[in-house]
Amino acid sequence: MSLLSVENLAIHFGGVKAVDGISFDVQAGEVFTIVGPNGAGKSTIFNLISRFYQPTHGKIVFDGQDITRTPAHNIAELGIARTFQNIELFDHSTVLQNLLVGGHTKRRASWIEDVLHLPRSRANEREARHAVEEIIDFLDLAAYRDKMIAGLPYGVRKVVEIARALASDPRLILLDEPASGLSVEETADMAFWIEDMKKDLGLTVLMVEHDMSLVSAVSDRVLAVVEGKPLALGTSAEVQSDPRVIEAYLGTAA
Amino acid sequence: MRIHFKRSYDEDIRLFEDWRRMAKYAVLLAVMIALPALVSAYFLGEVTLVLIYCIAGMGLMILAGHTGQISLGHAAFMAIGAFSNLWFMEQGMSFLLALPLSAVFTGLVGAIIALPILRLSGIYLAIATLALSIIIEDIAIIAEPFTGGVGGVFAPPVDVLGTSVDRYGSPNLFYWMCLSVVVIVLLGYANLLRSATGRSFLAVRDSEVSARALGVNVTRTKALAFGLSCAVTGIAGALYAHFVQVVNYESFLVLLSINLVLLVVIGGLGSIHGAFFGAVVVGLMPQFIAIARDFLQGSVGIDISAYPGLDTTVFAVIIIAMVIYEPLGIYGFYMKIKTQWQLFPLARRDMFRRSKSYLKTERMR
Repeated sequence: MSLLSVENLAIHFGGVKAVDGISFDVQAGEVFTIVGPNGAGKSTIFNLISRFYQPTHGKIVFDGQDITRTPAHNIAELGIARTFQNIELFDHSTVLQNLLVGGHTKRRASWIEDVLHLPRSRANEREARHAVEEIIDFLDLAAYRDKMIAGLPYGVRKVVEIARALASDPRLILLDEPASGLSVEETADMAFWIEDMKKDLGLTVLMVEHDMSLVSAVSDRVLAVVEGKPLALGTSAEVQSDPRVIEAYLGTAA
Repeated sequence: MRIHFKRSYDEDIRLFEDWRRMAKYAVLLAVMIALPALVSAYFLGEVTLVLIYCIAGMGLMILAGHTGQISLGHAAFMAIGAFSNLWFMEQGMSFLLALPLSAVFTGLVGAIIALPILRLSGIYLAIATLALSIIIEDIAIIAEPFTGGVGGVFAPPVDVLGTSVDRYGSPNLFYWMCLSVVVIVLLGYANLLRSATGRSFLAVRDSEVSARALGVNVTRTKALAFGLSCAVTGIAGALYAHFVQVVNYESFLVLLSINLVLLVVIGGLGSIHGAFFGAVVVGLMPQFIAIARDFLQGSVGIDISAYPGLDTTVFAVIIIAMVIYEPLGIYGFYMKIKTQWQLFPLARRDMFRRSKSYLKTERMR
């Protein structure tokens, strides 16, 4: 069963057709990767799915529900979480506080209860803490729990961002270039974590990635996108050997 | 350096990290309660003003420090709080009822104003709120039935549970009343910050995009922050009205708005402590300058009272120096000293390097 399906999605910024007629289905429990050269519209697709952009036309269906017009702040509650290409963490908070914001959709106490610190507010806090601790355990972040984001190394911040996304207890996680800026070793770790998310947490992963070692290690299916249009769909090996994809990356022989 | 080992989640949720910290604040509170016995009536009046500044500062800190939205118009909300409080009392309400009611009213006005105004950000938001501050001066004159026009309104006598609380008649009681309001607001503020609502404020400040992706309704959160901020500032306005006993359109000028911004910046944006440090500086600075002037005239023989506007200049210099050398304010400076002390001699310079500015929400809109 497809968890997310995108039909003929397009967004035009003036005359620029950033995404132009993309369709794909992500099956529940798979790792689906979008690859493509710079400016192909990969991140734009992510921004369309997380509803930051309003598509010019096309349809986005998540778990049988049309989300093409759902406000961006309601997406997390449906079960879609994401990370950002240029890490968007809350820099002046600790790792723990960042992850707690991830659990925002789970809160039940109103702001008045929060200001008065009524029992429901406290119960919320305990539950949120409990959920977050499991994720800290899962991604091995215990050493950084009370550290400020601003002082953390880049590789750790990447992991914290994934942890924060997981804290919203999603079914689908969108990873925007999880390996960019990581060392070879950290990329290998990332591959394990993506595998774990899929196997242990039963998550569906939609990923944009340039690092082909990571793509081939974890992806079930790969979609190549060029200039906003779909080019090839298949397993990692199939897409990498597709002559059109090679041409798009390297140019044609003179 | 002490390391505190935590054994339950509640230890992270509770207000004080350990009993030592709790004891420190208990001592501080005890000193504050005993203060009328320790200082002169004149100085007590000054401290009362500082407490009122503390409340206004906490109000603006919620917005500027924790939600990252600047407001150069908070004097307007002090005015709304003051005039509405006096109006409610004129209608025969008791002070104890009128004070929270004026807070709610100011909060609602703030939240309604926030909806259009908070679509702006950064410098544009600053200009729009500055306009608010200027408009309120005229409104205070035009809305004569509520504000008494140019003449203003005299504060009716305050009666708390059968006891008359008057700034001049019973300065101690008035001081204790302000102190208890400070404590109540402070508790609410601290509760807010340890809850999901408070974290959503911080999230909006640091990254609107990811806040939205995590399910935070950014518009609603900003309006809530603005409303809460205005409500608290309104309380400060109401107390200020009873402190100065007569308010008119000149009581809440743009300069007061600027002073409030200075208060949170000097104190340290993004910390409750900052509101208190800032209030002490902003509230007592005129006194310090007056003392310095007398000293210069008396002992050194330089008469600086011949130069009008010197107070403002000294103030300005302090602020500029603060922004350049200590952008995290007095609280940031205090934390630095504390860390140096705890880690001595292991602290490194780069531990205190500046990170991105707090008004970082211009991207992806």
